[in-house]
Amino acid sequence: MAAVTLPATTRNSGPVEPRWNFPKVASVVGAVILAAIWLVPLLWALDTSLKPEPETTRTPITWLPEAPTLAAYQGVIDQGDLLRWFLNSTIVAVLVTALTLLVSVLAAYGFSRTEFPGRRVLFGLMIAGILVPPQVLIVPLFQEMTGLGLVDTYWGIVLPQVVAPVMVFVLKKFFDGISRDYEDAARVDGATRWRIVWSVMVPMSRPILVAVGIFTFIGAWNNFLWPFIVTTDPSMMTIPVGLANVQGSYGLRYAQIMASAVLGGLPLLIVFALFQRHVVRGVGDAGIKG
Amino acid sequence: MAVQTPTREASGMPTRSAPSETGQPWKERWAGLFFVAPFLLLFALFLLWPTFSGLWNSFFNTSLAGVRGEFLGLQNWREMFGDPAVWSSLKNTFVFTAMSAPPLVVIALVMALLANRQGLLGWLLRFSYFAPFVLPATVVSLIWVWIYQPGFGLVNGLLTAGGFAEIDWLNTENRAMLAVVITTVWWTVGFNFLLYLAALQGIPAQIYEAAAIDGANGRQKLFRITLPLLSRTTGLIVVLQLVASLMIFDQIYLMTDGGPNYATRPIVQYIYQNGFTNYRIGYASAISYLFFVIIVIVSVLQFRLFSGRKEVR
Repeated sequence: MAAVTLPATTRNSGPVEPRWNFPKVASVVGAVILAAIWLVPLLWALDTSLKPEPETTRTPITWLPEAPTLAAYQGVIDQGDLLRWFLNSTIVAVLVTALTLLVSVLAAYGFSRTEFPGRRVLFGLMIAGILVPPQVLIVPLFQEMTGLGLVDTYWGIVLPQVVAPVMVFVLKKFFDGISRDYEDAARVDGATRWRIVWSVMVPMSRPILVAVGIFTFIGAWNNFLWPFIVTTDPSMMTIPVGLANVQGSYGLRYAQIMASAVLGGLPLLIVFALFQRHVVRGVGDAGIKG
Repeated sequence: MAVQTPTREASGMPTRSAPSETGQPWKERWAGLFFVAPFLLLFALFLLWPTFSGLWNSFFNTSLAGVRGEFLGLQNWREMFGDPAVWSSLKNTFVFTAMSAPPLVVIALVMALLANRQGLLGWLLRFSYFAPFVLPATVVSLIWVWIYQPGFGLVNGLLTAGGFAEIDWLNTENRAMLAVVITTVWWTVGFNFLLYLAALQGIPAQIYEAAAIDGANGRQKLFRITLPLLSRTTGLIVVLQLVASLMIFDQIYLMTDGGPNYATRPIVQYIYQNGFTNYRIGYASAISYLFFVIIVIVSVLQFRLFSGRKEVR
């Protein structure tokens, strides 16, 4: 990147800026130190998980494991429902993401492009819904789920998380910015509204949909409070709830505790490392435009 | 802001807006509702309904899920205003917000300024700053409880190695909140960082080039160009952060369980305890509504400030 842009700027602008000066060096050093501080807790967790148990409680602390071992991982996987929780988290996060995208795209299209009686009032009501914190709803929502028989079910965990007025709002804003010419052309060709949503609006909003999708997925995978409330059966728990539930049962085996933390955090760290560009751009699109 | 206008509409009486467009076939007029219907159905079932049933519950002595108790009128509400635990957990919530929000905004800004236009190094910086944000609360809490561990935890290991006295972070009343705040800043600052980074990347390079021609130095560029141009983003981040901080529950519940001696228990945990430990659904609902009102007041005040600032510019 730098190699491409630098010659261009030096050619165009009059005074040539020095490539390396004191502020530049200081900012790089500062940035790297800050990054190191932010990485230490993660590395320390990984480090601990690779130690044999007795080494974790030795003082003074050892920096690197003297004889790295995967015993803690073996122990965690052998004794628990960890794999089951991975499965549950995957099912829940995929369902929440798919349904949120489906329902929100349709609603955003309806609010952005169609006219029907009560549209403005309903949109206002939805915007007001953004103000309702999920924490306020846990008690009545749990009662409702008990009444519907959805406690300890995937639908019980998933459905309340699909209601995301913010996502509808962000998508509606984005749709508002798409020129109507494309739709009009499609309509001339005989496309129905339904076709227009999937063949015109969705392809044109790929970046924002990817952003909404990634953030919905992260949110659903990591959601603690609601799955914690609505599941009591360990076999229905997601990773965050399950790990909290067994926190005590590892006792003072810190290598195992850290192994479970590493396993619990790894999937999304990998996803983030792979899709960093989309995540970074997505926050910008959603945050600045919304 | 666009957010404000419709909100005001919603609170007013629903006026029959759409003046039936002449000759429009019935099917066309209602077609839009078909697109909005799936969302509205879920919205009504899992947001509107519990919002209102919660308010309704707060007037009853409901103690078990599914069984509505006797009518109490405002008794739950009166009890709430006289309950010292409500006030102390509200205080904890505000203290947490006051301690966590400023560093979450300032450090995010510093990170964005440092990571902007760093070429290949930028990838590593973005990864490091944002990575904790993608971890579940439980993983974050497990890691930090281990770091704060007395004796052989990382922090106390370093303190004792350096000849200092160790601190039992999570079990000391005036340290526990600080410990939770540090954890929270580490965990969530990445989101604000990305918002700032996106805003920085949206500032056209020509502005800086023009300033350089006028002889502006780095300091002047920062204070006269960058920071003023970021003020809108700062407003947005402050609004989102204050509301997010007030909703604190997960990491406190997992790290200190509200202790020691309730010194860190936030209002959401008190709601949880009343609803799911003491099974006092009605009372928990009343406190939920107090919390709801506080969130709405803070959000509305913030939006006012925020949109006011935009008009000045």
